[in-house]
Amino acid sequence: MSSTTAPATATPGAGAGAPSVNNPTPGNVYTAGPKTGNEILIDGYELVVGLEVHVELATKTKLFSGSANRFGDEPNTNIDPVTLGLPGALPVLNRQAVELAMYIGTALNCTIQPCAFHRKNYFYPDMPKAYQISQYDQPLNVNGSLELPGGKIIGVERAHLEEDTGKSTHFGGTGGRIHGSTHSLIDFNRAGVPLVEIVSRPDIRTSEEARQYVTELRAILLAVGASDAKMEEGSMRCDANVSVHKPGEPYGTRCEIKNVNSIRSLGKAIDYEARRQIDLIETGEKVRQETRHWDENDGRTHTLRTKEDADDYRYFLEPDLVPLVPSESWIKDIQDSMPMLPTARRKRLAAATGAPADGEAVMVVVERGQDDYVLSVAEAGGDGARALIYVKEAFAPTGDDTAPADAVLPGDIAALTNLETSGKITATQAKTILAEIVANGGGDAAAIATAKGFEAMDTGALEAMVDQVIADNAAAWAKYIGGEDKAMGALVGAAMKASQGKADGKLVTALLQAKRTT
Amino acid sequence: MSDTTTADVAPLSAAQIASGVRSGTLKAVDVLEQHLGRIAAREGDVHAFNLVMADEARAAATAIDAAVAAGNDPGPLAGVPLALKDNMCTRGIPTTCSSKILEGWKPPYDATVVTKLAAAGAVTVGKTNLDEFAMGSSTENSAFGPTRNPLDLNRVPGGSSGGSAAAVAAGFASVSLGSDTGGSIRQPAALCGVVGVKPTYGYVSRYGLVAFASSLDQIGPFTGNVEDAALLMDIIGGHDAMDSTSIPEPQPSLMEAITHGVEGMRIGRITDLPRGADPDVVERLELAFEALQAAGATIVDVEVPAFGYGLTAYYLIAPSEASSNLARYDGVRYGMRVDAPDTNTMYSTTREAGFGEEVQRRIMLGTYALSAGYYDAYYGKALKVRRLIADDFDRAYTKADVLLTPTSPTVAFEFGSKGDDPLAMYLCDVYTIPTNLAGHPGMSVPYGTGQHGLPIGVQILAGTLGEPAMFRAGAALERSLA
Amino acid sequence: MSGGTSSIGDVSERITAADVVKVAKLARLDITPENLERTTAQLAGMLEHFADIDALDLDGVEPMTQPYPLQNVFREDVVLPSLDRAEVLAAAPAAEDGRFRVPPIMGLDG
Ligand SMILES: [Mg+2]
Ligand SMILES: [Zn+2]
Repeated sequence: MSSTTAPATATPGAGAGAPSVNNPTPGNVYTAGPKTGNEILIDGYELVVGLEVHVELATKTKLFSGSANRFGDEPNTNIDPVTLGLPGALPVLNRQAVELAMYIGTALNCTIQPCAFHRKNYFYPDMPKAYQISQYDQPLNVNGSLELPGGKIIGVERAHLEEDTGKSTHFGGTGGRIHGSTHSLIDFNRAGVPLVEIVSRPDIRTSEEARQYVTELRAILLAVGASDAKMEEGSMRCDANVSVHKPGEPYGTRCEIKNVNSIRSLGKAIDYEARRQIDLIETGEKVRQETRHWDENDGRTHTLRTKEDADDYRYFLEPDLVPLVPSESWIKDIQDSMPMLPTARRKRLAAATGAPADGEAVMVVVERGQDDYVLSVAEAGGDGARALIYVKEAFAPTGDDTAPADAVLPGDIAALTNLETSGKITATQAKTILAEIVANGGGDAAAIATAKGFEAMDTGALEAMVDQVIADNAAAWAKYIGGEDKAMGALVGAAMKASQGKADGKLVTALLQAKRTT
Repeated sequence: MSDTTTADVAPLSAAQIASGVRSGTLKAVDVLEQHLGRIAAREGDVHAFNLVMADEARAAATAIDAAVAAGNDPGPLAGVPLALKDNMCTRGIPTTCSSKILEGWKPPYDATVVTKLAAAGAVTVGKTNLDEFAMGSSTENSAFGPTRNPLDLNRVPGGSSGGSAAAVAAGFASVSLGSDTGGSIRQPAALCGVVGVKPTYGYVSRYGLVAFASSLDQIGPFTGNVEDAALLMDIIGGHDAMDSTSIPEPQPSLMEAITHGVEGMRIGRITDLPRGADPDVVERLELAFEALQAAGATIVDVEVPAFGYGLTAYYLIAPSEASSNLARYDGVRYGMRVDAPDTNTMYSTTREAGFGEEVQRRIMLGTYALSAGYYDAYYGKALKVRRLIADDFDRAYTKADVLLTPTSPTVAFEFGSKGDDPLAMYLCDVYTIPTNLAGHPGMSVPYGTGQHGLPIGVQILAGTLGEPAMFRAGAALERSLA
Repeated sequence: MSGGTSSIGDVSERITAADVVKVAKLARLDITPENLERTTAQLAGMLEHFADIDALDLDGVEPMTQPYPLQNVFREDVVLPSLDRAEVLAAAPAAEDGRFRVPPIMGLDG
């Protein structure tokens, strides 16, 4: 990274200067980033981002032919005359692909409209017919929106159907790159796989919003079953149109960034690109409209092609296909069978637990699909707020992707929450019992508490113990009195140790605070 | 069929051959040998075929005779020798489109029409020559040399399905299939003195037909008579789920349609038809009107004002679609490749070497017509003209059941006589093209001879799915000559 | 002429050798210098002829893209057997390791 272009003062929320975010499965878990909004400026510049997300649909077959849509098969084993663009082959539209695309459109609040397919003509070795069948000026889904967890609405311009290309692998160069390669090998298994291209409006203002948009979109796609949306396998791919401008001035020249293969990279690529454009403008240069390639290895974007060599795609209506006119009843059937979407699930869970809808606990639990479980604990008479925390902490998916929640009866968890909220056990004791219940796939919280001799200390005993702790830890107490809040931790820890976990940490803290001020 | 014998198959129609073979009075192998004998004798002069499939045909004919002997019915075309235009995919059999770019390519699948005809018992004797990728009106634009008109070897058979027309005219095959994008069945049928039919767009599946212009292409038969054309149409027609533009509506039997005469039928004369047909052609057309009138039809005047703009609309639309359809010949997956240091150069060198001059010209024209800044003035405008033409025809068909026009402005012309001007050749199709633009059916029926004793065809046109009326008129015309 | 629709007469006057070179590049056809002049003249001649439709009033005329009015033609999402890879690759100009082989992909985006 050169010093002039390094994102040293990147947007808060991502990039080198931002707190690093622990993201165990990239693109899979919500992270508690800073709140987003239009107020974030970088050196006085506003960032404007529009995203084009391609998702492969979870159909059994291709968009226009019957060979399998399956990732990871031996090369060129899912091919047919249409896939290979053999002379005389003709496309026939896959009804299921249309249906899944309509689910996406409905989930994104789009208008589903009569539409058609065009040919986009260009030569590329992994494009078998030398044209892509895509939707041009008459897309299936238009004018939608996506609500970010914090409530901001990002416009969705369109979500259209098109076919995927084959896959080129480059040999002889360095690191499988096209540049300097001696030859390439083409696998057409992916050619013709149905894609929906979802084009956002340029409503995104920070890289964090971009990450949230893609994360949310992914959650929606999974919820409606339209795609497995795996960025690492390429079934979800993201291009970002990035420009910068000073507020009040017209939008700047935009660059399109391709090859962003994870949500983490998306944030980094946008921040890098914003910095690059700002630096260009600040040094009196111009941003050229071009397509740029994100290089994960060096963390930079590179020119792929400039506007001047932009192809002339010679779009015209695909004469081998007929118009697609979704009927009112088909649209209604899809609306009626829509599953509850993440936004609504988060709002529902927030209402039931009192936690914020865009807080980490609600986000994570909905992301894992465990919100129904939390609600059933509440329904079984448990405390929703405690149940949310228990499930978030103790019901993390294991490696094999199955959550232990299935095995534990909601009533068992409900009983545990009540034990804690009634003050009969401490939070620490509850955690121990919870771990045992989860490990055993269930259990009677009260019985476990009794067996372990758990009981919360009464206030008198607690106060006596705290006085003893203060006496035993005079140095720490002195620091605490002197205004060093950090010293509190040592005192609480000592109290918990002395009580063998029977003390309620919150009560101990409250007592210590009270004793300091008196 | 009691009077047919294996010694005398030459004058037999396809219907008679099938009937004889199915009843066991004729042997498919004998019928085939008669045709192969004529091929052996004259194919060297005519060059109707890119590929003669004698071995495969003998095996198929033998199997058909065996089926009959075993008491099975091989189907309504049992033992009928068939030739296929070499732009229809045949599994494992070279399909070249008379282009170097596809020389030697063996499709891994059969066109729907090929499957249907094989299932009906037809015996494929070979793949016929054509103007490269069906672009032409004389079969001179073949990478493998021209086809000659069997009636006069100094003259063209017409095109682009010249090989298929010549094969039937020369008795190399009893019937054949061609494809018609702007007249490519009807014009060579007229020039070779056989029947040629271009069905309603969507009547016959295009699956496996190598595309020239997708919104115009249709497969249709060449036969020695109208009944055989009806027989073939009843077999190759019908809905195909592999072709999205295939018409799902059921198609009435044309074999049944031709049992009806033309009494009460309204035959339209286009009063504003573009001029330019030779006097002998005009004279035969007049006689055709008279014959149908004599058979009980009424002649009515109609106007099709946009007819004459068909040529322009066609030569903008067809090359535009072709420029896209032919982009797949890139040297990557099949066909010819000229090696080059990089892929982009490989494309250009391969396509330059693989495509002939006329194909390249049309790709250039179509690419230009679709390109940024020109789309509206060329392709977009041509689509509007296309609508005018279709609307004009639809109005005419409220007054008339079928229309009669010349098929070709002239009889078969001599090789090279159109000179170097592509437009001169394009004018051969002035009467056939508007029908393709409208998507309507048309057929050419031989109606006597003109200059040099060469055949003249009369074109019968009908509206969408008007095949029954068109065939009734065709059969009546044919009867009037008998 | 209708407003907004350019006429062929206007644009065809402007077809130049440079246009032809550009079109040949788009179409991936090599055009030799000897052929360039001839091709330009032929295309210009044709386009001039095609200016006959400039005389038509096409205001409000719907473009016709399909001869037969069908809509909603679908296939069901049912897997059909793949073509045989060996057969297909045998027909390819160059193949390697179960895939189609091409020279380095240069001068193209990707
Ligand atoms: Mg895009
Ligand atoms: Zn796309």
